[in-house]
Amino acid sequence: MSSQVMSTELLSQYLPILIFVGIAAVIAAAMLFGSMLVAKQKPDSEKLSAYECGFEPFNDARSKFDVRFYLVAILFIIFDLEVAFLFPWAVSLGRIGLFGFWSMMAFLGILTIGFIYEWKKGALDWE
Amino acid sequence: MILPALAFYLFAAVLVLSGMLVITARNPVHSVLFLILAFFNAAGLFVLIGAEFVAMILVIVYVGAVAVLFLFVVMMLDINFQELRKGFLRYLPAGLAVGAALLAELGLVISGWVYAGPADSVRAAPTPESVGNAQALGDLLYTQYAYVFEASGLVLLVAMIGAIVLTLRSRKGTRRQVIADQVSRRRDDVVAVVKVRTGEGV
Repeated sequence: MSSQVMSTELLSQYLPILIFVGIAAVIAAAMLFGSMLVAKQKPDSEKLSAYECGFEPFNDARSKFDVRFYLVAILFIIFDLEVAFLFPWAVSLGRIGLFGFWSMMAFLGILTIGFIYEWKKGALDWE
Repeated sequence: MILPALAFYLFAAVLVLSGMLVITARNPVHSVLFLILAFFNAAGLFVLIGAEFVAMILVIVYVGAVAVLFLFVVMMLDINFQELRKGFLRYLPAGLAVGAALLAELGLVISGWVYAGPADSVRAAPTPESVGNAQALGDLLYTQYAYVFEASGLVLLVAMIGAIVLTLRSRKGTRRQVIADQVSRRRDDVVAVVKVRTGEGV
């Protein structure tokens, strides 16, 4: 029963966010469909054609990128996960004592080894 | 009490719809965008069952990082999707057979499902009372499960080194910036003042 009460309390804290999301959706829909309804629609083949700085687009947008973009994205994900571990640690730092503090420091140390490795390896520089 | 139910049906409906659009959208970039919408709605569902930490992590990690990675992959791959669809009819029987096998397995799993006796007591106490989600996690993860936590750090280290080993290749003939060389360059070594007489050239 008390968990029921707690969950409704929790959800009532999230109610403003839900209202905010609803308002955002309504504004976005109003912008999209309002311009569709109110504006004069006189389609023309020249108006509808793709325009890219004054000349015709001459090839597909899908081309081979350098694999380095991918490497940067993967490294970003790994550090993102590291930060995700920091949030609950920061919340309960007062309760877990010195041991909890140092276990996080060891975790960060392990990842710092990886960071130094990638720095020295040159994975972060752009040639 | 009606508002959470309404929100649940809204999130669930949008989640299922966007999940279907992920696999039916023609443009793969659009399907990644629908995947992001599905992640957001799943985060809403997690909030509804009280798992706010999981919801926030879903938004941060999946929407912020994994979806970006998917977009990268979709945009980087130089694939002609018209070409890929060419063999559709030829592979249709095999695809249908695999789909039927998976459906049969799912049916077997669902029909064999029974409600475990102690599940009710476990479900009733997901987090301790009067403590937030993140705090309940943090109270246990860094002390009681410290070894598993450090092991997850090692897994992340292995992933980092693996990504670098697999994708980093240094090309020959590219010039890197070496700041020490730039700073230690002296003017006398590289610049010479030459007096040029009129009409003679250097």
